[in-house]
Amino acid sequence: MADTVLFEFLHTEMVAELWAHDPDPDPGPGVSAGLRGEEAGATKGQKMSLSVLEGMGFRVGQALGERLPRETLAFREELDVLKFLCKDLWVAVFQKQMDSLRTNHQGTYVLQDNSFPLLLPMASGLQYLEEAPKFLAFTCGLLRGALYTLGIESVVTASVAALPVCKFQVVIPKS
Amino acid sequence: MSRPAHRRPEYHKINKDLFVLTYGALVAQLCKDYEKDEDVNQYLDKMGYGIGTRLVEDFLARSCVGRCHSYSEIIDIIAQVAFKMYLGITPSVTCNNSSKNEFSLILDKNPLVEFVEELPAGRSSLCYCNLLCGIIRGALEMVHLAADVTFLQDRLKGDSVTEIGITFLKKQDEKKYRRKK
Repeated sequence: MADTVLFEFLHTEMVAELWAHDPDPDPGPGVSAGLRGEEAGATKGQKMSLSVLEGMGFRVGQALGERLPRETLAFREELDVLKFLCKDLWVAVFQKQMDSLRTNHQGTYVLQDNSFPLLLPMASGLQYLEEAPKFLAFTCGLLRGALYTLGIESVVTASVAALPVCKFQVVIPKS
Repeated sequence: MSRPAHRRPEYHKINKDLFVLTYGALVAQLCKDYEKDEDVNQYLDKMGYGIGTRLVEDFLARSCVGRCHSYSEIIDIIAQVAFKMYLGITPSVTCNNSSKNEFSLILDKNPLVEFVEELPAGRSSLCYCNLLCGIIRGALEMVHLAADVTFLQDRLKGDSVTEIGITFLKKQDEKKYRRKK
């Protein structure tokens, strides 16, 4: 039984690597990239970025989606799938339900978690607001991956107004 | 009394799988980023070290173990309490030398490789579970014990068992704090 704390520590470490090696995206006019002696992180192999974290989350979300109990795969409506994510998947992964789900009934859903476990240990309020997106990328991928396994292609983004409250926006394009 | 939803066995499994799957995705990503197995191994060890330095506090808070008086007590706690708590397995312990500072943990089952059948092609030196070595090393260092931790045998590489070797190193000479003239 792998304790949930192992996942949280691993996730934190993965994000920390992003922090440690994130090259300054805009070094400014006076600084030349040559000073660093290498291309922005590439030769060191450190390519953790938000999209990489999201991609890893996607793979894990897909795999988790395949492990869900069979009866959950027969959904009647898109909204049922989202409700399932908010309840069952969130409980399985984070030991709590999503706090609210809103939709415009046209393919956009906003899932709000008022005490997101991966943000809880960091801070509460506005401190570290800039760092928060790094801690959400993996989970966005996780949602997107689980949706994918359930037959839905989507774009998932997240936003934080104040820790530890965060909102995940799921947009399902109409084909 | 009916079981609350989050105690359903399927969810327990999903929760356990989450760490194992995430770890697998991490190793896969590192294999993309680094060509050499040694680099991936080193990176996993480094990340494990970072985790270990924090995990030890979590462990001490949950387990309330008392002070240890010998290396073999410490190894027993790692095998029987820590591994059990976090991975649900209890490796067996052997002591490898008479001076009692070299030990081995023999892992019969290893949840980290549950979804791994074999190492990827061209990755025969990959220590898939090297994170564990880093975790143990980092945790020990936080309680002021320096140790070398490596995989001595690995089932994924064709050995019959998976064996982690832990060698406690002599403590640093504390004279470094002597005043300079």
